[in-house]
Amino acid sequence: MAIIEARNLTYTYPIGSKPAFEDVTLNIEKGEFVILTGPSGCGKTSLCRCFNGLIPHFYGGRLEGEIEVAGMRVTDRQIHELAQHVGLVFQSPENQLFALSVEKDVAFGLENLAVPREEIRKRVDWALQTTGIWDLRERAPYELSGGQQQRVAIASILAMHPEVIVLDEPTSFLDPLGAQKIFGAINELNEKIGITIILVEHRLDLASRYADRIIIMNKGRIVLDGEPRKIFDSEEARLMGIGIPKATRLLQIFRDYGVNLTEVPITSEEAALMIKEALTHDRG
Amino acid sequence: MIEVKDVYYAYPNGVQAVKGVSVAVNDGEFIALMGQNGAGKTTLVKHLNGLLKPSQGQVLIDGVSTKDASVATLARKVGLVFQNPDHQFFCETVEKEVSFALKNFGFDEGSTKKRVDWALNLLDLTQYSEVSPFMLSGGERKRVALASILAWDPKIVILDEPTIGQDHAQKEKLLQFIVQLNAQGKTVIIVTHDIEFVAECKPRIILMADGRIVADGETSKILTDPELVNQASLVLPEVARIFASLADLGLPRDVVDIYEASKILLERAEKTR
Amino acid sequence: MSMFDGFRFRRVYSPIHQLDPRVKFLYVCIIFTIAVLFNQLLPLLVLFIVQIPFVVVARVQKEWIRSMRGSALFAAFIFVTNWLSFYFYGGYESLQWLFERSLAMTLRFIVLIESFSIFFLTTSPDHLGLALEQSGIPYEFCFAFTTAIRFVPVLAEEAQTIMDAQKSRGLELEKGNFINRIRNYVPILIPLIVSSIRRSLELAEAMESRAWGAITKRTNLYVLEMKRGDYYLIITSVGMLVFAIYIWLYVPIPFLTKILSF
Repeated sequence: MAIIEARNLTYTYPIGSKPAFEDVTLNIEKGEFVILTGPSGCGKTSLCRCFNGLIPHFYGGRLEGEIEVAGMRVTDRQIHELAQHVGLVFQSPENQLFALSVEKDVAFGLENLAVPREEIRKRVDWALQTTGIWDLRERAPYELSGGQQQRVAIASILAMHPEVIVLDEPTSFLDPLGAQKIFGAINELNEKIGITIILVEHRLDLASRYADRIIIMNKGRIVLDGEPRKIFDSEEARLMGIGIPKATRLLQIFRDYGVNLTEVPITSEEAALMIKEALTHDRG
Repeated sequence: MIEVKDVYYAYPNGVQAVKGVSVAVNDGEFIALMGQNGAGKTTLVKHLNGLLKPSQGQVLIDGVSTKDASVATLARKVGLVFQNPDHQFFCETVEKEVSFALKNFGFDEGSTKKRVDWALNLLDLTQYSEVSPFMLSGGERKRVALASILAWDPKIVILDEPTIGQDHAQKEKLLQFIVQLNAQGKTVIIVTHDIEFVAECKPRIILMADGRIVADGETSKILTDPELVNQASLVLPEVARIFASLADLGLPRDVVDIYEASKILLERAEKTR
Repeated sequence: MSMFDGFRFRRVYSPIHQLDPRVKFLYVCIIFTIAVLFNQLLPLLVLFIVQIPFVVVARVQKEWIRSMRGSALFAAFIFVTNWLSFYFYGGYESLQWLFERSLAMTLRFIVLIESFSIFFLTTSPDHLGLALEQSGIPYEFCFAFTTAIRFVPVLAEEAQTIMDAQKSRGLELEKGNFINRIRNYVPILIPLIVSSIRRSLELAEAMESRAWGAITKRTNLYVLEMKRGDYYLIITSVGMLVFAIYIWLYVPIPFLTKILSF
């Protein structure tokens, strides 16, 4: 059974005339690394908030269709029940850290769930080690850089042992190196611990190398859903104005001139490899 | 003309944010000020309209030292668009928001109305003129902020992180808009760490790290230097990364633009046929 | 040189920093009681001096001196008002009485600043929040308290940014008469308020996403436990109180100037 199952999901905000997204049907399997992207206003942020119940329980409004997360119907469960299975990391590093020390922040969710102290201690230490911020555990959030703050946010969610972590444009405010580090950290969670990842991102050139699957939304609907290579190379993606990696763009330019590459590259390393092949091959 | 002469600046809490920076910017130049968060970019830029005065050294705008002029006076020439539009919105309508600065600068009603209409039109916001700025989407708010600065037509426009939170299509539009502004003769300075954006418009790059300027020159030379790029907590532009891996094929290393790149590669492909 | 500098927590490892905030608060209350008990200069001077060892042990001398300097102006104001009010409204017995009484009232104020300063300089907001929790105050209030403190530097920075943004649009905060100056702050306050509201919304989302409200009886990563040092402080404070009450009841207090003139 898929860890997230949505069928014909449609949602309208309380003060909205148009639905934020409509007729969304998707299945996300356990352990997948999914990138969710699309132009501003396409509904991806709202869809994310459905996964842990913020929609409809926090925002109100009208949710039609069905959505099940970790076997639970989102409409039937409270946010704090769903939050134990689906963690949500937000865009602004600062506004999701409340405590005066990193440790206390990571422990926050566990304290809310009345986990016994020794267990909290164990999980907090583990989360801090896993996200590489053990040395920062006694610092105040104000003293940290944006990248470090986002790691704290991830650690705080990780400590709750969710099966799914959803990240809504977590690198918006970070510099490119910081963004790269965060993507690496997220990928580790997926590969080493098997956590299902749903990453909303625009920086496809840096993030798509980790993804098993890309879902593109536009104007409230899912328009493309599949393997990164196929999606990036598609005509629709090009017309929509998505930030297709330049590696793939090079392939398309080459193809227009009759030079074919063996595979669709999505990272610069792949592109370099294939271009080398194509250039030295032709000599033969 | 902007002249920064050996400027040092330390915040009241003691942190030395700018350590001996000297740079000159001529009228009509297009500059990208890049570097890690905390490298001193925003601090430096706040010196250009007098928000901060140097602890040592001086900043001259068209020959006038910023120490001798108020922010309001300097702002007539130097427009600074802040990163977060929500840090400036306080009016009931977009129209009032855009006219705020004009009223402060003493423009009469007639000129104000003309300029506001012009600015709204320029940024495609005319239909929102009676709407509250708080009701608009993120991208629209950024445009209102931009309009409110352009309304008084400063000859120097500084944009602090204009691409944050924008999707690809919005960035394309912004890019064209900024290039056009520069083509019209304005001095444009963008503070950014968006390398792909910079790689496309190829301005003069001033790279800062730890309060100092570590590089100043062409995009293609600076953004393709792995050491410099690392020092500034950036990454190589995608095209440069590809070309770096193809170095042993004898291809040039200073390529950042995808069209230039494909031209070079296709020429090479022709040769090897 | 702000009076408030003496109240901002400094992270230092000293024995006083490790003490339970509830015990420190008891100490502050007892100092307060003793200070109110006496009108005469001598006991208040003793009270002032007795706290200095605490300041030294806590290694917060610099900040403490700053807070003393900051409150000097207000202290002088208290001295003068007391002098004048005793002189004109009675109770005036002799010049010596007038002088010592006014100085005593000033010193009472200073003693209170001193003890509160020691409390806040040596108690981290985290610790304080924990103490509030364990004292039985509902978690919502403790959380609001620590979160507010956590965001003070953020708000301060944001206020500065907003001021910069509006100044860059020609706003001159210092211009105009009194009424105009107040109006000049509207473009500062509104963005600050709107931003705070937006922030609260984002915080609420994040809190919900971390199972806020799941169970009423929360557990805690840290627990305040009374240690030896805490018991020492309790005994010392209560001892001081008992001693003070005894003096107040049975021992007449001489003028300090009389003692000094020996």
